[in-house]
Amino acid sequence: MSARTTARTAARTAARPARRRPVVVAGTALVAVGLLAACTSNTPVAEEETGTGQQAPAQPAVANDEPGDTVVIGFSAPAADHGWMGAITTGAIAEADKYEDVELRVAEGTNDVNVQISQIEQFINDGVDAIVLLPFDGAALTEVATEAMEAGITVVNVDREFSSPFAARTTILGDNYGMGVSAGTYVCEQLGDQPDAVVAEIAGIDSLPLTQDRSQGFADALGDCGLEVANRVAADFTVQGGQAAAANLLQAAPQIDALWNHDDDQGVGVLAAIEEAGRDEFIMVGGAGSQQVMEQIQAGDSVLQATVVYPSTQAADGIRLARLLVQEKALGDLVEVEVPREIQLFAPVVTADNVDKYLPSAFES
Amino acid sequence: MSESLPPSLATAGGVPPDPDRPAPLERGAGGAGHVAAPGRRGLPGGGLGRNLGLVIALVALGVVGVVTAGDRFASLDNVMTILRLAAIYGVLAVGMTFVITGGGIDLSVGSVLGLASVWASTLATQAMTESFHWIVMVFTALAVGVVCGVINGALIAYGKVVAFIATLAMLVAARGIAEIIANRRTQIVEVDSFLDTFRAELLGVSVSIWLFAAVAVAGWFLLNRTTFGRRTVAVGGNPEAARLAGIRVRRHTLYLYALSGLTAGIAGVMMLARTTSGSSTNGSLYELDAIAMVVVGGTLLAGGRGTIVGTVLGVLIFTTLTNIFIQNNLSTSAQSVAKGLIIVVAVLLQQRLATRTPRART
Repeated sequence: MSARTTARTAARTAARPARRRPVVVAGTALVAVGLLAACTSNTPVAEEETGTGQQAPAQPAVANDEPGDTVVIGFSAPAADHGWMGAITTGAIAEADKYEDVELRVAEGTNDVNVQISQIEQFINDGVDAIVLLPFDGAALTEVATEAMEAGITVVNVDREFSSPFAARTTILGDNYGMGVSAGTYVCEQLGDQPDAVVAEIAGIDSLPLTQDRSQGFADALGDCGLEVANRVAADFTVQGGQAAAANLLQAAPQIDALWNHDDDQGVGVLAAIEEAGRDEFIMVGGAGSQQVMEQIQAGDSVLQATVVYPSTQAADGIRLARLLVQEKALGDLVEVEVPREIQLFAPVVTADNVDKYLPSAFES
Repeated sequence: MSESLPPSLATAGGVPPDPDRPAPLERGAGGAGHVAAPGRRGLPGGGLGRNLGLVIALVALGVVGVVTAGDRFASLDNVMTILRLAAIYGVLAVGMTFVITGGGIDLSVGSVLGLASVWASTLATQAMTESFHWIVMVFTALAVGVVCGVINGALIAYGKVVAFIATLAMLVAARGIAEIIANRRTQIVEVDSFLDTFRAELLGVSVSIWLFAAVAVAGWFLLNRTTFGRRTVAVGGNPEAARLAGIRVRRHTLYLYALSGLTAGIAGVMMLARTTSGSSTNGSLYELDAIAMVVVGGTLLAGGRGTIVGTVLGVLIFTTLTNIFIQNNLSTSAQSVAKGLIIVVAVLLQQRLATRTPRART
């Protein structure tokens, strides 16, 4: 469209409501979107076949994996706004795909409890056999989960606990306090013979109970070998937050011996700040256990020596538990014939020595 | 935006019939309607013509739902699920319709909802409620909402702060106050009388849905059948003309934001009942949902034209869409894209329908 035609069209539109322009704009937009779509792929070509890094080692053939009656499972989790949470959902879907007797319904990931309640109501209406639920807020989803249980649906609670024991048949969750203990114990092993060692800590969102638990565990474990946290800052689980917090911390502490960072997603920013400051006199321990961090530990050429796992596979395990519960099977290696009421996962320390064991189940941040 | 120009231009041109004699609006009800939208009679009231596109869209969504999810979608239980989800958004959106029709915007409703839910569920409030009546919690939530709304309104009307900025400040501040009060923890509601009342069903329909219906009907009446409503349209269409016509524009603006705060408070009560807990994260980003629903419903973002029926339809379209996505197990990110598309398509359709009518006449 030349400038003159545009002007003429504009003159006409002044008298007559414009009706053509939206169509033109929409057309242009479509073309632009088409062009852009070609550039949005984030997967390196070589990796496309191997997928998300979620694939578990080959499953041993056990009796529990024999196909049984079809189990319809509804799955709901918060929005996948960071790597760990993204791995929760992709892990659950991947696990369900492995079983031909599992039909998984995945609800939109949401940080809005109102919508998440609606999702569970829909699962109840649909009469699913089981619901695997990682609630955005455990207390807010308790009532609707209880309704599901009362409707005869098996509810498996993942990670964030409900406020009532009637709301779930089984709960599977990580160990935040244990993460702190594992990190603290590792630091003690490394620095135990230096009573005046400087230990620093970069926490996640400070007001969350999970952050308080992690810090408490860290402090308790350090206390066992006579160390304490000298410098502590809090970030917000994001890369930019980690960068800012670490930059300030490094400025405040010219000499550090060990640093624990609660979360590997924000760790990307922390490492950027460390590199920027040109510091390498300390050992750094990560948290949560992302694939990138484990690869760095494996390479062994940075300050990052270890990380503490907060398993992102717990929703996948929730799917398995739900299937077992509905099919009335027992948990493989236990003598007990019922699936346990609660399963708390271990928070192991990953170092260069054992990284091969944990790398396959790590999440991409 | 070119589409939004003709009506407001027309309004500006057609407003002051006689500047020397500013007619008090109480006398001339028809006059106020005339001020707002000459040549558009029947449209602001939510006539069928304006809302036809929305009804078609909703029916189309229903067909998509039935085709893709069958009985799971078309069951009465599922309709109730959709309505329960719609209720909280709907109440917010009705209040938002008034503010937007009056030429403003209220970005704070989600935060105020959160603050109301937190304030009404503190241990102190709950203890007082326990020893008196559930009305204490409800009153607390509504009062918080109204006070926040009045602060917004005062800043905008008398402090001459742009609505976008004033309510943005309230968005941030109210969320912060809620976090301070709740210490970022979730406050569980233990008052049984409150929960029994607001989680009950009346004639097989949840109380929250009744509340939504009541707020919508009250909103429709207020906007279409009262002087307050006609003043709102006049203020939004052309504040200067409205002032010349004898409307106290500033005071009216204050009322509009107080009203929006009130609906945020009501929504806070509903959220408390639905989640049985108060949390500073409640209502996060609801302001954007409410604005989208109002605009999709056909209320003009520039002000001067509003429709409660359209807003209710907009709310239902969005929540039905959410429902269909869950029913069909669709990928999470595609849903956001679809919602964005719906907003654009709906607004384009609205504009085509809106411009067709006057063209046919001239």
